[in-house]
Amino acid sequence: MSTQIKDRIALPPKDAQKTNMTCHFCIVGCGYHVYKWDANREGGRAASQNALGVDFTRQVPPLQITMTKAMTNTVTDHSGKRWNIMIVPDKGCSVNSGLSSTRGGKMASYMYAHDGIGRDRLKSPRINRGDQWLDTSWDNALAIYAGLTKKILDSDGPSGLLYDCFDHGGAGGGFENTWGTGKLMFTALQTPMVRIHNRPAYNSECHATREMGVGELNNSYEDAQLSDCIVAVGCNSYETQTNYFLNHWLPNLNGGTVDKKKARFAGETAAAAKIVIVDPRRSATVAICEQIAGKDNVLHLDIEPGSDTALFNTLLTYVVDQGWHDKDYIAKFTRGFDDAMKVNRMSLEDGSKATGIPVAKIRQAAEWAYKPKASGHRPRTFHAYEKGIIWGNDNYVIQSALVGLVLATQNVGRRGTGVCRMGGHQEGYTRPPYPGDKKIYIDQEVIQGRGLMYTIWGTNPFQTTLNAEEHRRVLGRRAQIVNEAMARAKGASVEQMVDIIYDACKNKGGMYVVGINLYPTTLAEEAHMLLPATHPGEMNLTSMNGERRLRLSEKFMDPPGSAKPDCLIAADIANTLKAMYLKDGKAEMARRFDGFDWKTEEDAFNDGFRRAGRPGAPPIDSQGGDTGHLATYALLRKAGNNGVQLPIQRVEGDKLIGTEIHYADGKFDTKDGKAEFKPAPWNGLPKIVADQKAKHRYWINNGRANEVWQTAYHDQYNSFVRDRYPMAYLEMNPEDARTLGVAAGDVVEVFNDFGSTYAMAYPMKAIKAGQTFMLFGYIKGVAGDVTSPWVDRNVVPYYKGTWGSIKRVGSVDDWKQSISFKDRRFA
Amino acid sequence: MQEHKLSRRIFLKSSTSAAAAVGAAGAALVPSAAQAAAPVGSTATNLNYPKRNVGKAGGMPVNQAVSFSYPDASSPCVALRMGSAVPGGVGPNKDIVAFSSLCTHMGCPVAYDGGTKTFKCNCHFSIFDPENGGQMVCGQATEDLPKVLLEYDARTDTVAAVGVDGLIYGRQANVL
Repeated sequence: MSTQIKDRIALPPKDAQKTNMTCHFCIVGCGYHVYKWDANREGGRAASQNALGVDFTRQVPPLQITMTKAMTNTVTDHSGKRWNIMIVPDKGCSVNSGLSSTRGGKMASYMYAHDGIGRDRLKSPRINRGDQWLDTSWDNALAIYAGLTKKILDSDGPSGLLYDCFDHGGAGGGFENTWGTGKLMFTALQTPMVRIHNRPAYNSECHATREMGVGELNNSYEDAQLSDCIVAVGCNSYETQTNYFLNHWLPNLNGGTVDKKKARFAGETAAAAKIVIVDPRRSATVAICEQIAGKDNVLHLDIEPGSDTALFNTLLTYVVDQGWHDKDYIAKFTRGFDDAMKVNRMSLEDGSKATGIPVAKIRQAAEWAYKPKASGHRPRTFHAYEKGIIWGNDNYVIQSALVGLVLATQNVGRRGTGVCRMGGHQEGYTRPPYPGDKKIYIDQEVIQGRGLMYTIWGTNPFQTTLNAEEHRRVLGRRAQIVNEAMARAKGASVEQMVDIIYDACKNKGGMYVVGINLYPTTLAEEAHMLLPATHPGEMNLTSMNGERRLRLSEKFMDPPGSAKPDCLIAADIANTLKAMYLKDGKAEMARRFDGFDWKTEEDAFNDGFRRAGRPGAPPIDSQGGDTGHLATYALLRKAGNNGVQLPIQRVEGDKLIGTEIHYADGKFDTKDGKAEFKPAPWNGLPKIVADQKAKHRYWINNGRANEVWQTAYHDQYNSFVRDRYPMAYLEMNPEDARTLGVAAGDVVEVFNDFGSTYAMAYPMKAIKAGQTFMLFGYIKGVAGDVTSPWVDRNVVPYYKGTWGSIKRVGSVDDWKQSISFKDRRFA
Repeated sequence: MQEHKLSRRIFLKSSTSAAAAVGAAGAALVPSAAQAAAPVGSTATNLNYPKRNVGKAGGMPVNQAVSFSYPDASSPCVALRMGSAVPGGVGPNKDIVAFSSLCTHMGCPVAYDGGTKTFKCNCHFSIFDPENGGQMVCGQATEDLPKVLLEYDARTDTVAAVGVDGLIYGRQANVL
């Protein structure tokens, strides 16, 4: 007898509640439907007896449905009533057309159930008392949080208050929550001491392209179906933007959209797209593209790490020398081309030497992407990029070089083109302007002993920051100073405790650390307070995906315990501080905390996203722009999983009309509307990185894996993921492994001058000698421990610029029995 | 008659295109509700899985897919004799395993690749490892391949299917 039934599923009855859900996880934002019904009932097998309308009396044919055990759960509401839920992909959503990824397909499993995968969710505020975490009330936690915040604000000013906060959409984000947190940090507290979830300052990942007048999300996913050539740079889209790749790239690569292209672009040569993939590693995406398009239509430019700028400058030079650039377009819609060419110019031979790519392959790439087609038309080439260059060798310079090449060939503002970041999370930014005039490297502030209180909100720098070992070591030491002081405060009132904490921080070098999150996470090892937050489904939440598609994920269940949306936690903090200042008779300070009288997350949405650009509103930086006010929750509910692409143009009846692509009119986001070329001379490796390369044998490339979402904050509790990857894996060349005496599944130490970490060896023939690839941001084995503190001019890190040594530590017998070390590349 | 059908061996040819693979599976998926075993009653928690012979262990070639259907004719499965003991393996060498050959993601038939000793789905490129309990190596499924539970009778050298661990694609329950 099995008590954990794995071979049956409860079907939703015809009258099950059905709501919309955009996937919490990656940028793509696939549409799903949530079915919810009384757990004592279930639908029948006949198509007429279940809400899916599928006939389960017989075997369902392939591709008809995606419905697995992971897409189901049984949850309990606050009254004790039990509900079955099923979250399945929406065939009517243009983003995913019914496809689900291995990440989104697990959403239902990850909704809170007291006996489920999410059982370790935070259910109430917790305070760390010496050696254990103890639950407490919101009132108590807020009194300490606000009390300490106020004391620091009054005595030291806002620079004593440090924040590490999300700025994105999806779970742990969204327009409601970026606004709530932003209004607290920037309008009320007015602290500039803020970093973002994956980088050590308050900055962008796309400064260069924005300054050039080209926003980084400028096309539609459909454009990947319409292009003649896709140039994919430093993005492994099968694993990290899965259904964008499967639903939009794949049909173009296998010729499935040729007729569509012919219909759209009359008279133009149309064929299956070719793809150029720029990536030092033979990724899963390279292998799969070869399956889809045939090897002859895939050009993998496996450049030397960090040489992207040289490649783009060489391509630009070759294109210009061939006369394939668009001189009229350059003259009419851009400026700075001649000046940029003076310094960007790089010969094929020099480019080949810098990148390690043979001249013939560089020439081939240029011909595929930029040479006029047989019909004489300029090819429509879509340039996709992500962390390979965002976390690459000088983000600012690489982007300048890439976008220059795109502008010169008019590969933006036309259907089938675009120069877009692929993205990690969804987007969802609405905040007051940042209250500072320079970028502050917050990690270094922490390391150098500055700041008194650190709120780590929906993020986890222990697993994801650069130079992570030193950061964790110093923060741990500072947190311990506070722990020791608090341990001596027996029977202290809240006011006395605040004084004791403040003294430990101000006079003894301590730091008070607060985590606001879904789970305790590894922050619990150092934090003093944890506040429980919610994610989509437990709250209404809006986000936009990589084609600026805004959707509302609807609340369908209660959050665990007293967990709250981040925006309402921010409001609680602000309102507590306001009351404290009023009690002190400080009306002026109290006024800074006005405007948080929100009852629901919709109030926060209306206060931020929908007020941007409105008469009488304060300055608001919003991805919804000045027309965000048109998007009401009611209209978004009607818009369903297809939502609307921002910016919204108008409302027709009850339908929101959006924007498919940017810059079709040649007007760019600069003061005069002209796109601006930037000089981007090839600059080699930064010295601190070059020094590590000279000293250590292996390139420790790092990044994401298909099966793991972000820091594995959910996945760590799911045996499907945890048993596959009990520790961050390290793909390495089989010969290198033999030389090091390392077998598959062995634990290895990866180390250099900055730190040391462990990983699980995964020898793979696709990996070149001297190179490795380590899973980034994982729960066990932190790749960031060995990254250097180097950042570009905007404090953007070079996570990929890591070289280290490797030695075998030992082996875990169980792993060798239970984990597959077969090739992750489809062949 | 039915018994004979279930235990006959078909050696899979690996498909080279998703379309061909889907087509092949479509032909195999003959509705067979009428042939299904009776659903579970209220006195048991296990489904009423039939016992079906897969074949003789000694006659199974090493590292080649042996096709059969289980628990009914519309559920294609593959048995493999890996050549050395593997987790969950049965037979004299503990090396015989069997799986549903419908990808748990969207039901496309997985093809066995003897070169890499993996099952591969040509629709969305999921890879499963029969030597590690059907574990997904990489791909878009949220579940490993369902394992067909096997029993081995040493007296007759017979391998029989007796249950399935994991939900077969496209079913509310494994037993129709």
